[in-house]
Amino acid sequence: MGPVDSSTFVLVAGSFLASAVEMVEALTIVLGVGVVRGWRAPLIGVAAALAILVVLVALLGAALAAIPIEPLRLVVGALLLVFGLQWLRKAILRSSGHKALHDEDDAYRAEREQAEKAGHDSRVGLDWYAFTVAFKGVLLEGLEVVFIVIAFGSAQGELGLAAVGAALAFVLVLVVGLVLHRPLSRVPENTIKFVVGLLLTTFGCFWAAEGVGVEWPGDELALLGVLAFFVATSFGLVRVLRQGRAAAAVSKVAA
Amino acid sequence: MSYVRRFLSFWWDFVVGDDWRVAAGIGVAIAITWVLVDRGVDAWWLLPVAVPLVLVQSLRRTVRSGG
Repeated sequence: MGPVDSSTFVLVAGSFLASAVEMVEALTIVLGVGVVRGWRAPLIGVAAALAILVVLVALLGAALAAIPIEPLRLVVGALLLVFGLQWLRKAILRSSGHKALHDEDDAYRAEREQAEKAGHDSRVGLDWYAFTVAFKGVLLEGLEVVFIVIAFGSAQGELGLAAVGAALAFVLVLVVGLVLHRPLSRVPENTIKFVVGLLLTTFGCFWAAEGVGVEWPGDELALLGVLAFFVATSFGLVRVLRQGRAAAAVSKVAA
Repeated sequence: MSYVRRFLSFWWDFVVGDDWRVAAGIGVAIAITWVLVDRGVDAWWLLPVAVPLVLVQSLRRTVRSGG
């Protein structure tokens, strides 16, 4: 596999993983409301949100295709870098115990409780609460996926492949969710977010630098070097933060 | 809050998140890279060095403030 092929593979894998982890969270919301209030309104909400997301990808993808690649890579790279650092920062804080892990079972319980307490308001023949919760849940979680798919796809000139990665994840999560009929709490969300954060940060760094005219040594092979450096740095930071947390706990007990 | 302000606030939170200094730091690093490249220095190393520095500062602030 050549360097271009491997970066395209990583791009598709990144879209797949980002999409999978966001879809798991969206699935929890839809299940929580659907189990309590019935499936018709939430499923229409899901379909409406998905339709908007698909249109967004198509419109923005077509618009970005008209922009020259260098300024596009600068803007997309900078945004991806800032966005990826958000994911990476939170993943490091979670891995080191400084931030609570996202618990799908807890989120599911909270969603069910709210769905039980909410009143019944029927609009256009739909349970409006169930529709809006499912719609907003899928739209908001999906926006992150759209952002990643468009950024990855447009800067690499492979929007179709990035969209395929996201679509595969959507189908996989949907099928598993339908079969199990409960939240996918065993999916290692933080690990996946850690990986996606590293990929977004790496590609963002690479493209932003290319966008201002940098010539990377080894061209796209440099991606692997940058990724390895960020992986080592991130694991080092997790280790240091864990040690700091343990030392703080010991001194608290001693005091 | 007006619709436009809510819209901008949503996108700010979405992209920049809860630590604007990360975005500012990355913006400065890209600008310096640009200037160096413009003066004939192929500063490919600058962003990979700047990213961990910005990340460490952000993590330090978060941990100090108690998460």
